[in-house]
Amino acid sequence: MTAAVQVAPAVIVDRAAIRRQRILGVVYLVMAAAAAFVLGEGIEPGASSTFLLKPAGSQGGLDIPPLVVPATLTIYLIAGLCAALGAIQLVRGFGSRWTVVLGVVVVAFVFAFLTWAGAGRSMSLIGILQLTVQKALPITFGALSGVLCERSGVVNIAIEGMLLAGAFSGAVVGSGTGNNIIGLVAAALVGGALAGVLAVLAIRYRMNQIVAGTVINILAAGLTSFLASRVLQAHRELNEPTKFASIPLPLLSDIPIVGPMFFSGNIFMYMLFVLIGLIHWALFHTRWGLRVRAVGEHPRAADTVGINVLFTRYRNVILGGIVAGVGGAYFTLGSTGSFVHDMTGGRGFIGLAAMIFGGWTPIGAFLASLVFGFADALQARLSILGAAVPSEFLLMVPYLVTIVVVAGLVGRVRMPAADGMPYEKE
Amino acid sequence: MRLELRGITKRFPGVIANRDINLVVEPGEIHALLGENGAGKTTLMNVLFGLYKPDEGEILIDGKSVSFHDPGDAIAAGIGMVHQHFMLVPVFTVTENVMLGVESVRGPLGQQLDRPAARRRIIEISEAHNLRVDPDARVEDLPVGVRQRVEIIKTLYRRSDLLVLDEPTSVLTPQEDEELFEIMRSLKASGTSIVFITHKLNEAMGIADRITVLRAGRVIGTTTPEEASLEKLAEMMVGRRVSLVVEKKPAKPGATVLEVDDLVVRDDRGHVTVDGLDLQVRAGEIVAIAGVQGNGQTELVEAITGLRQPVGGTIRIQGKPVRHAPRAVLEAGVAHVPEDRLEDGCVPAFTIAENLVLNTYYRKPFANGPQLDRDAIEREATRLVQDFDIRTPSAFNPVSNLSGGNQQKVIVAREFSRPVHLLVAAQPTRGLDVGSIEYIHRRIVGKRDEGAAVLVVSTELDEVFALADRLAVMYQGKIVDVLDPAQATTQQVGLLMGGSRPVGIVEAEAAGGLTHVVTSGG
Repeated sequence: MTAAVQVAPAVIVDRAAIRRQRILGVVYLVMAAAAAFVLGEGIEPGASSTFLLKPAGSQGGLDIPPLVVPATLTIYLIAGLCAALGAIQLVRGFGSRWTVVLGVVVVAFVFAFLTWAGAGRSMSLIGILQLTVQKALPITFGALSGVLCERSGVVNIAIEGMLLAGAFSGAVVGSGTGNNIIGLVAAALVGGALAGVLAVLAIRYRMNQIVAGTVINILAAGLTSFLASRVLQAHRELNEPTKFASIPLPLLSDIPIVGPMFFSGNIFMYMLFVLIGLIHWALFHTRWGLRVRAVGEHPRAADTVGINVLFTRYRNVILGGIVAGVGGAYFTLGSTGSFVHDMTGGRGFIGLAAMIFGGWTPIGAFLASLVFGFADALQARLSILGAAVPSEFLLMVPYLVTIVVVAGLVGRVRMPAADGMPYEKE
Repeated sequence: MRLELRGITKRFPGVIANRDINLVVEPGEIHALLGENGAGKTTLMNVLFGLYKPDEGEILIDGKSVSFHDPGDAIAAGIGMVHQHFMLVPVFTVTENVMLGVESVRGPLGQQLDRPAARRRIIEISEAHNLRVDPDARVEDLPVGVRQRVEIIKTLYRRSDLLVLDEPTSVLTPQEDEELFEIMRSLKASGTSIVFITHKLNEAMGIADRITVLRAGRVIGTTTPEEASLEKLAEMMVGRRVSLVVEKKPAKPGATVLEVDDLVVRDDRGHVTVDGLDLQVRAGEIVAIAGVQGNGQTELVEAITGLRQPVGGTIRIQGKPVRHAPRAVLEAGVAHVPEDRLEDGCVPAFTIAENLVLNTYYRKPFANGPQLDRDAIEREATRLVQDFDIRTPSAFNPVSNLSGGNQQKVIVAREFSRPVHLLVAAQPTRGLDVGSIEYIHRRIVGKRDEGAAVLVVSTELDEVFALADRLAVMYQGKIVDVLDPAQATTQQVGLLMGGSRPVGIVEAEAAGGLTHVVTSGG
């Protein structure tokens, strides 16, 4: 009774962790079964799948031979791998390394799926990867916009509307002036202006930020659709901007696989890379970022050391709007070449998911966007390839991936503590 | 720095928080600002710190009139404030928190944080005043005592000449209090003036050079520890003679009502905060748990009342294992006065009447099938408002309009007015004035005398000693000892609360001949 105050720690049973472990194990086994019995049985025995790793028609650079794999064997090997990992997961778990294992299983399964889809023919893997990055671009712009706003404590659910408004104004101003740089600037300004509306509603009037953001989304969707059908139909010349041309970077674009993916894009891609680096540096290594994060985490603490909380939030929300506006311009000035109503198709919301999945960091958000971009690219390519999956199902893939990722992995990262909460001086 | 407040008046809608306040703090002086909760101490300091604008009056620093529009102005004038609720960003490191707002920067753009430079200065300051702290630790991982040191370093980093400490001891153990007083003396010796806000009389007497007493927003008087006495200060503070001793007869414990066995509970962040805890409470006795906030008391109470699912161990009430659902626990005859009365105790926007039936509304006589019986509810509410002396114009005012003391009375009325076997009261008098404290203590003892088992959890040692028949000390998720309050001293309990075990206790236990229902190994 006298000395030993500490007793041996009780055996802790963390039910939630055990449940997660079991679910994962079962999921791996299901994936193994799906690979073996659905994919493995569904192809000609002896067929092989050919993956092209060099973009068709590209000159220069190193020659990489296509990757040829025996389809059935590959699929069964992957099924075996998933089954083994599933069994281990069920029996003893992987401890803190479970995320790595999850990644391995998912990548392996996707590869098995591609092998199945490409059995007996050749498929441009590099094409899918290139498209992945292109699809990830607007998502990342959206996610960066979210990072800027939410790090300062304002939830920006209006990214979708800002992308859409940016796409529209980029196309119209770009065509009207005949100068796509002016179009880009206009898109940025419109994005910033919409963000200004959000900021006034959320910060000045302390309106519920979800409602304020939704209002802006509806406004942007309605207004652009209306103008597109009423004005752009009649004046086609206002919807024919010149797209920004690709600028392959010397040397870098010759690197196998990585070069075509990241260094052969147009100005949007390089702007994005600069932004990712800049925002990362600014948030985590500068006075500016320290103050922004303090405002997003504990605004009263920031206030008591003389930081202007409301100003910080206004500024960041508007900066976020500008970034989203630029991201929106990508749809018309960087990719499609003309405005179509609702052309963003929820990419702003997926950007929010990427921001969360990426732990409210620019680099994490980019990596997460690549995951979503891949799902999007897969969908696009497979429907062209005419794989034996209904196209309606394929269209669901990016959104399904979003749901699975957000439901399964979110809650593990911590959001800024004051995110979404209006600040009021007592 | 010589600070003078002249005729400060601050009004809020419906209240005058400060009324014509005059106060002088001399250079190198520790000036205690003594008053009950709601006396206007914190408001006054927020006026000084630029968080509120005074409606009348002026602030003079070294004889010159100044006006502060925001805390930045106050900081620039050399005023540092350690708020009662720490103003630290939990996910930042100590260095980041300290430098926030006055960052050292470098680089060609003059924007990049210079963490090493800030770190060096923090180490200098912490060595000069014996403020031990790891500059690279994340604040959320630090115990409250250390967080307070970070706050003090924060003010010194800004070269403050006048330091305001708002109720600094409310989160500390008695030993940490002593450390804090040492730091205060060291700062005073280096010429810093300190305003020490407190409602604890003996602290004011122990450390202050001068004491100013505030009551209901007015200055009642300024005195010195030499001239004053505890009794005199108490009278100035409350406005009448007070007795803080709860009158109670010796307990007549009966059968065991609450039996907690090897309980393990996690907090919201997944940390184990109750760690193999054993506890028993018998009918007709009050077991009071003392402990520094954050040692698992909150989670323990939530587990017992069904609000939180334990991860291990058992809880039995009258021999039966409880289902971990608030309704099931309630039906098993448990009353609960929660720690955070506005968050968990009532619905502030509902009327008093609605709040009074918040856990019985679904039963007769308050409900007929799915429909509420408004008349029955009104009759009950009127009766309880009278019985429990709830000061309100009517039972149909929203609870949010009541004072803290009356809000607590609503909860007490609801929980105490039905027959229960077990009463669990967490921080039952937090933030209440002395009158309400007396009243609620009497009611708790009354519940015991009716034969209920009572478990009180409090961070206030005075309260624990006043109420306990048995005094349990909780530290890091375990009950480290159970003492007889008649034998134990605050010193002993304080050491136990801080995790160390004083040698003297062994003899005290032997002499007291206590029956240890609770053991903690060894």
